[in-house]
Amino acid sequence: MTRPTRTIEESTFEGGGARLRRAPEDFLSPGEIAEVSSGRRGFLRGSFLAAAAAMAGGSVAGAGRALAADAAAGDDAILKLPPWSTSLGQPVAATPYGMPSKYETAMQRRQSPGLTQVAGSSVSFMPLQGMFGIITPSGLHFERHHQGWHDIDPSRHRFMVNGSTPDFVKKPKVYTLDDLMRMPSVSRMHFIECGANTGMEWGNVAVPTVQYTHGMLSCSEFTGVPLITLLEDCGADLKKGKFVLAEGADGSSMTRTIPMELVLSGEVIVAYGQNGEMLRPENGYPLRLVVPGVQGVSWVKWLRRVEVGDAPWATKDEADHYIDLMPDGQHRQYSSIQEAKSVITSPSGGQTLLDKGHYNVTGLAWSGRGKIKRVDVSFDGGMNWVEAQLQTPVLSKCLTRFNVGWNWDGRPAILQSRAIDETGFVQPGYRQLREVRGTRSIYHNNAIQSWKVAMNGDVSNVQVL
Amino acid sequence: MFKFSDRPRLFFTALAFAVVGGAGASFALDDFSGVGRTATPAELKAWDIDVRPDFLGLPKGSGSVDQGMDIWEGKCAVCHGTFGESNKVFTPLVGGVEKEDLKTGHVAALMRKDFPARTTFMKVPTVSTLFDYIRRAMPWNAPKSLGDDEVYAVLAYLLNLSDIVPSDFVLNDQTIRDVQKIMPNRNGMTFDHAMWPGKALSGKDVKPDTHAVACMKDCKTAPEIASSLPDYALASHGNLADQNRRVGQVRGQVTAASEAAATSGKPSAAALAEASGCLGCHAVSSRLVGPSYLEVADKYKGKDVSAQIFAKVRAGGEGVWGDIAMPPQEEIKDEDLKTLVAWILDGAPTK
Repeated sequence: MTRPTRTIEESTFEGGGARLRRAPEDFLSPGEIAEVSSGRRGFLRGSFLAAAAAMAGGSVAGAGRALAADAAAGDDAILKLPPWSTSLGQPVAATPYGMPSKYETAMQRRQSPGLTQVAGSSVSFMPLQGMFGIITPSGLHFERHHQGWHDIDPSRHRFMVNGSTPDFVKKPKVYTLDDLMRMPSVSRMHFIECGANTGMEWGNVAVPTVQYTHGMLSCSEFTGVPLITLLEDCGADLKKGKFVLAEGADGSSMTRTIPMELVLSGEVIVAYGQNGEMLRPENGYPLRLVVPGVQGVSWVKWLRRVEVGDAPWATKDEADHYIDLMPDGQHRQYSSIQEAKSVITSPSGGQTLLDKGHYNVTGLAWSGRGKIKRVDVSFDGGMNWVEAQLQTPVLSKCLTRFNVGWNWDGRPAILQSRAIDETGFVQPGYRQLREVRGTRSIYHNNAIQSWKVAMNGDVSNVQVL
Repeated sequence: MFKFSDRPRLFFTALAFAVVGGAGASFALDDFSGVGRTATPAELKAWDIDVRPDFLGLPKGSGSVDQGMDIWEGKCAVCHGTFGESNKVFTPLVGGVEKEDLKTGHVAALMRKDFPARTTFMKVPTVSTLFDYIRRAMPWNAPKSLGDDEVYAVLAYLLNLSDIVPSDFVLNDQTIRDVQKIMPNRNGMTFDHAMWPGKALSGKDVKPDTHAVACMKDCKTAPEIASSLPDYALASHGNLADQNRRVGQVRGQVTAASEAAATSGKPSAAALAEASGCLGCHAVSSRLVGPSYLEVADKYKGKDVSAQIFAKVRAGGEGVWGDIAMPPQEEIKDEDLKTLVAWILDGAPTK
């Protein structure tokens, strides 16, 4: 594999006990790297060479830490007080709506090149590789638009409830945001996953990192009115009405059939809030449907209407797309629930381990059928497994963070995670999944993800049977 | 004690309790009076546009294959190709269907592993789906602009392209029912899966189809790696070092030139074009719905047409580059529009 630069020198594996060394870019500033690149290396004597020499001697506690010229005295980051310790900082409200640190530019939504031809009908992926906990920052929530997104004036948005025929809803009604925000609200944390998440990997490995393999996944606290409240307010017939249709206000006026069972459970929310503020425009501002456990396409954005009826609608996104091709040529229609799934987010594909020794292997697990009961992690490609620790809270139809400590001895390894939900469902491997569904589907790939760790610390995407 | 719960239907129970107990004042009970209002018939008609597979909701109207062809060439072909076969902007609509499929209701090509194409007509089981979708969402840049007769006509043309109806066919709210009986993949769907809660679809409780067991120790003798990322694909998503933090237990691998270097020269006009939605229909070097920016720049090379283009973008128009109308762009600020026009006429430089 050829690369512009090596991050880790494999030669350091020789001679037992030797540590991996960080490449210069890890302890030089961009300016200093530029100087190195341009051939001016003399200034390095004070820092880089000292550090490298010290490491070569095996006397450094933490490999790669930048040391002062006088290595014995300690770390310059401590010994020389930085500007932020010796000057006045910025005042309050300098940024009235706060933004991430300028050092956090790596964490961005990204498109997968070549996946779609028109950005108005496309996907951007959430950077799972750098996220902590379970909540997705609203600005990094994955996007899927069918005909572009709009920033809708909330005072001009309306929400309508009606029936397929007058029998199904006695009193069809129109609500403004003013109306909806007067009604009793609930706030709940749920994951949303596109049915096509990991869809590029049905047949073989296709993309390098967890952002692209699993990044059509996000998790937020949503606030809004349970749909059942609104249906009851309109006098809907909840016995004869077996299905509801949700419809968006955007150009595509996206429509999906929603199971009445979920509406009756009280879980389906007509939401305006996301993580304490209003929904973001890309996520449906000012109103979207939240259908916990069900694939993202059913969480209709810019929600303008819900219709109650007695038969499913076979809309474009449930009769042409979001249907699962099986080996016998039949398509599964109205496949909606996201079955139990998990993925290790760090270390993960496209990353490099900096050193041998301890790592916190961490990842996410979720199930559209309820709570996560257990997550197992394997370091040897599925031969042996250990139980990971689940980070609280562990909520129904919500992301669950798991962690497990790992001592990397520098030998090749294959990392995997396997989720088990409260129904007892065990996340399948690729062999099991393909045995029943083949390789030609696009949707609902919940197979166990494998990350191979090479001797040089590079982590890459592989599929293990 | 009663409190606002997730299940406001309990209000009735609570109300009864409140009256009997004489403690009404302590409960914030409510029938949502003053919240929302009854929808008017005209409002329902304006928004209730869905059409079900049993044709509930289908409007009256009709359109011929010939009429459909005219509309198609003016408003649809630019994205979908003259015969609905184009893969340039969207996946192909037409193709892959055989005469025999009309009889069986199963598209045979879907069973072939050596036939990767999956066009709309190979998949869609219900003709109502197409009517509903064309009416609500097409054309791409002017959704909901077709009249009902036009929707019938466009659909008639597509059905003819797929050899489902003859070229003299007139599709209307009655003949569409006959079309459903010969839709090539009408029997191609199954509800026999566990991914829909309850029995409403299939009439039975279906169990999940994978049956993994959580083995913990000595589960296999060796991991069999079935697929790995090819080297060339490692760089296909940019420089992975830029997509990971510079602190933490790992770093991203250096797989390409830095994103920062690649994007630092990006002019604000390109970002502006993206933010203003221009790139939904235009690309710099290839023709999408509208002309490419390079084509525009080339056409007006050496001419001072800034004011003219400015007015054209603002007001919308058609005819210069084909029959697809460009909708008026009323929300872009004057200043931004000037920047965009100058950038386009300059050949939309990326650096």
